[in-house]
Amino acid sequence: MFPETLELVVVTPERQLLRESCAGVEIPGADGYLGILPGHAPLMTELGIGRLSSRSGNTEVQLAVIRGFAEVLPDRVTVLAEIAERGEEIDVPRAQAALQRAERRMSSQDSNIDWDRARAALQRALIRVQVARKRRTGAASGSQTVALG
Amino acid sequence: MPTLLDFRRRIRTVKNTQQITRAMKFVAAARLRRAQERALSARPYAKEIARVLRSTMARIENPQHPLLTKRREENVLVVVLTGERGLCGAFNTNVLRKAQDVIRANAEKKILVLPVGKKGRDAFRKRGYEFAGEYVNVLARVEFAVAREIAARITELYASAEVDAVYAVFNEFKSVLAPTLAVEKLLPVEGLASAEETPAEAAIAQVDYIYEQPKEHLLDKLLPRYVETQVLRAMLESSAAEYAARMTAMESATNNAGDVIEALTLHMNKVRQAAITREIIEVVSGASSTA
Repeated sequence: MFPETLELVVVTPERQLLRESCAGVEIPGADGYLGILPGHAPLMTELGIGRLSSRSGNTEVQLAVIRGFAEVLPDRVTVLAEIAERGEEIDVPRAQAALQRAERRMSSQDSNIDWDRARAALQRALIRVQVARKRRTGAASGSQTVALG
Repeated sequence: MPTLLDFRRRIRTVKNTQQITRAMKFVAAARLRRAQERALSARPYAKEIARVLRSTMARIENPQHPLLTKRREENVLVVVLTGERGLCGAFNTNVLRKAQDVIRANAEKKILVLPVGKKGRDAFRKRGYEFAGEYVNVLARVEFAVAREIAARITELYASAEVDAVYAVFNEFKSVLAPTLAVEKLLPVEGLASAEETPAEAAIAQVDYIYEQPKEHLLDKLLPRYVETQVLRAMLESSAAEYAARMTAMESATNNAGDVIEALTLHMNKVRQAAITREIIEVVSGASSTA
């Protein structure tokens, strides 16, 4: 028998961000996004840098997630993120500055650049800006739904 | 014979000291509340990562990892978490004594010390121990990044076989009144398998997981993270315990100052009264001799 909801738990080393039941969740796996619905087979994955969105009814919660692990059980998803932030917690000017810095570094011709680091910095900044912006536009234009895979 | 003025001065200085200790008590109480909250909010992650690590290890046949291999303990690293400052009762003394016990118990082995906190660094430097690094001025506000750095340092030492075991000695925060000392083995990682497996977990243990990445790769990422979590937990506990100890110490200092003031006031009044009595006698006897 399949459970009807998923219990979603998002924790970081410093705090617990989320513990709620939801109808579906999309998590940023290290090798691509994973859409999880109740009754999913047990699964374990490393997380990349990306957006976590959970859906229940008409409300959607989005978090910026940076690395970590996730464990999926039929009725429960546990996200052990290194860093996880809500849209409203994100310091947008700072993220934007980081984004510009990272872009400049990526486009420079300097051969001393640590490409992996630069790319990770770019991704981090990008996802923060996206999640923060999402919240804004979402709040301005009423409910905005995103189809989950 | 101290005069009235001497007493007044003494009382004033004790009062000043009392004001300071009282202020320090309130500061410690406020910080304690914050440290306590942080220690509490770090617990869910610690619990979950232990569970995930346990379940991953259970699914790997004969898990192999540099952080799991047990070696004969010849070089032992002791991580000692103390405070940065004094005026917190027996907090630092206790943890240093406990660390000494651990070192003495391993007397025949080579000991390396990694002090976290100024008090520990100074004490061990004076006693001439060899350091594997030192971290000071990091406990006033515990940062995950620092825990990470410490964890990276000890895992590196362990993986390169420079040390064969890592212990952490720290004050555990149980409650404000009952501080407890903890000695925990950080490396090699052990004691996961048997610990508190719930019936639900045991049922799930039968099912195999889908692994997005190879299990060994996940283990490789999970283990260092687990060590980081342990270090962070120790730091948060120690910091909360330090504020608790400071609060209690400053509270009793404030009370003691109150007692001293009371005793001094009593004494002063006696002296004052004696002086008045003497003067009256002088006046009376002077009057009766002229009459």
